[in-house]
Amino acid sequence: MQLSREELLKAYRDMATIRQFEERVQDEFSKGGIPGFVHLYAGEEASAVGVCMHLGPQDQIASTHRGHGHSIAKGCDPALMMQELFARKTGLCGGKGGSMHIADLDRGMLGANGIVGGGPPLAVGAALTAKTLGRNTVAVSFTGDGGSNQGTTFEAMNMAVVLKLPAIFVFENNQYGEGTAFEYAVGSRDIAGRAAGFGLPAVKVNGDDFFEVHEAAREAVERARTGGGPSAIEVDTCRFYGHHSGDAQLYRAKDEVRSLREDRDCLKHFRRRVGEAGLLDGAELDRVESEVAALIDHAVEVARAAPPPDPEALLRDVYVSY
Amino acid sequence: MALKSIRQALNEGLAQEMRRDPRVVVIGEDVAGGAGSQGQRDAYGGVLGVTKGLFGEFGESRVIDTPITESAIMGAAAGAAVTGLRPVAELMFCDFLGVCFDQILNQAAKFRYMFGGKAKTPLVIRTMIGAGRSAAAQHSQSLYHIFTSVPGLKCVVPSNAYDAKGLLIQAIRDDDPVIFCEHKLMYDLRTEVPDEPYTIPFGEANIVRDGDDVTVVALARMVHYAGEAIDTLAKEGIECELIDPRTTSPLDEETILESVERTGRLVVVDEATPRCSMAADIAALVADKAFAFLKAPVKRVTAPHTPVPFAPSLEKLYIPSPERIAEAVRKVHGYAR
Repeated sequence: MQLSREELLKAYRDMATIRQFEERVQDEFSKGGIPGFVHLYAGEEASAVGVCMHLGPQDQIASTHRGHGHSIAKGCDPALMMQELFARKTGLCGGKGGSMHIADLDRGMLGANGIVGGGPPLAVGAALTAKTLGRNTVAVSFTGDGGSNQGTTFEAMNMAVVLKLPAIFVFENNQYGEGTAFEYAVGSRDIAGRAAGFGLPAVKVNGDDFFEVHEAAREAVERARTGGGPSAIEVDTCRFYGHHSGDAQLYRAKDEVRSLREDRDCLKHFRRRVGEAGLLDGAELDRVESEVAALIDHAVEVARAAPPPDPEALLRDVYVSY
Repeated sequence: MALKSIRQALNEGLAQEMRRDPRVVVIGEDVAGGAGSQGQRDAYGGVLGVTKGLFGEFGESRVIDTPITESAIMGAAAGAAVTGLRPVAELMFCDFLGVCFDQILNQAAKFRYMFGGKAKTPLVIRTMIGAGRSAAAQHSQSLYHIFTSVPGLKCVVPSNAYDAKGLLIQAIRDDDPVIFCEHKLMYDLRTEVPDEPYTIPFGEANIVRDGDDVTVVALARMVHYAGEAIDTLAKEGIECELIDPRTTSPLDEETILESVERTGRLVVVDEATPRCSMAADIAALVADKAFAFLKAPVKRVTAPHTPVPFAPSLEKLYIPSPERIAEAVRKVHGYAR
C-alpha cells in the first residue's frame, strides 16, 4: 500500500520520537532522575508504529513492560509519559504507575504491564467489548517472545478464535526473554507457526522494515474490523538495550549491539527506503529529528520541574466512594 | 412477598440488571452450556443452575460460553470491564483462583489505583465457596479471605436469598471489581425476596439477632450454624448478638465494635482455615480497637489448618459445627479472670 507524504512523515516522526525518548530515558535513568526500573524499546520502533498507524483513538492496545514505544505510537503525550517516569503528580497515572504501568485509556492504551503475558487476555476483553457493543474497533495485544510462552497468551488466542473477536496478537520477537535466548526458550522457534496452531492467520515479518510490518498489520486490522476474526503477527526485531536499563548484558555476543545498530536499525532502513524511492529527502527527516529533540528536551524539563504526588494520593482510588 | 431460593434470587437479579443495562454480560464455562453441541443450547445454565434461562432471553452475545480457560475468562472480563462492558464473570469454584489469580490480583484489582484513578473496572466475579459435598480439597475451599486481603477488590459473602439479590445488583452497579462468593450448599435456601430490583450497600453488616451477653460474628453458611448454636444457648440463658458482615471488604467495623463494646465478649465463626483468615482479622480488629471493653479472650471457631478432606466423616469434623460454636460461646461467657 502506498503511503502519502504526510503518513510517511508521521511514521518517521513517531519512530524518531520513540527512539529519542528511549535514548533520553536511558540517560536520565543513569543520572538517577527516574526511580524503579525501565525497559527500553529502542530498536523495535517499526513494530509499534507500523501497527498503530492503522489504529484510531477508539481502538485499544494492551502492552508489555517494554511499553513506551506502544504508548507513543498510540498517541500518548511523551511529556506526560516522561512526567510519569519521573514519578510526578502530573504524570499520565499521577505518579502511581510508573514506566511499567503507563496507561492512557482515553487514547485506547490499556496499560503497559509488569506481568509477562498479562496483556493478551485484556486485549481479548477489549475485543469482546467491541464485538458485544457493536463498535467497529479492534484490540491489539503486544507481547514479546518471552510472553509468547505464557499460558495466558495461549488461552487468549484460543478464546479470541472461539469467540471470533477483533483481536490482533503482535509478538515482538526481540530475541531475548530477559537474558535467555529465543532459540532456547521457544521450543518450536516459530512463534507465528505456533499461533497458527490456534486457528488464526499468522505471519512473520521483518521488524527492521517498517513497510513490511505496516502491510501485515493493515491486513490483520482490516480482517478484524470486517468481522474476519483474530490474527497474529510475529515481528522479528531486536533491542538496542538490555532487558532493563542497567542490565550488563553479559549474555550478548561481543559487539552484538554495535552490529545491530549498524545493520538492523529500523529508522536507518526507513530513511534509506524513502530516500531511494524519492519520497522524502534527508533534510526533511533531519528536520523531524530536531523537532523531536526539542519535544523530548521540553518533556524532560517539565518532568524535572513537576511536583511529586500529594501524600493523600497514597490512599486515593483503591475503592469507589459509596 | 414470595419465598425464593438463593439460586432464584441471583438469577432474578442478573436478569433484571441485564434488562436494565445492555453492557451487562455473563461470561464463563457453561453459563449457558451446550455451545457447539447437538443437544440443548442452554443445557446447564451454570453448573448449579444460577444462570439458567438467561441465554434464551439475552442470547449468545450476552451469555457467553467460554472454553475451560480461567485466565482468559478473568482477563477478558477485566479487559472488557475497563473498556465499557459490565461483565459478570463466573469462576466456577473459588479454588480455581489458582489458575487465574494474576488476572485478578495484578490486573483487575490494580487498574484504578495504578492508572492514577482514571480506569474503572466494573467487574463482578461470581464464585462458589464452601465444604460439605465431599468435593474434597480442590472444590471445597472458602477463600474469601484471600480476595479480602487484596486492595482494589471488594468481597461479598451473602448468607440468604434477600441479601444475595440486593448485594449482587449492588455489585453489578459498582465500578470496582467485586468478588461475589456463593456457598454451594445454600443455593436452595429460601427467604422472602422482593420481585423488584433493589440494592444493599456494601460495608453494612446485618444484625441477625440481638443479644447482650456475647457477640457472634459469622459468614455465609456459618450464620445458620451460629443461629442453631444461639438457639441452644438461649435455653441456657445466654443471649447472643449475631452479626453477619455480608461483605468482608469493605468490612463494617463499626457494627462489630459497637456490639463488642456492649457485650465484652466475641466469638468469630469462619468456615475458612484459621491463619490470616477473616476470623483472625476480626479478632485483631477487636483487640486493637475495643480491648478495654473485652471481658474475655476472643474465640475463633474455624476449620483446621488442613486441606478439605474427602471422607464425609472427616469433612464433618473439618467444618465448624453448631456444637463447637456453642462450646466456644460458653467458654467466653463463663470466662473469669
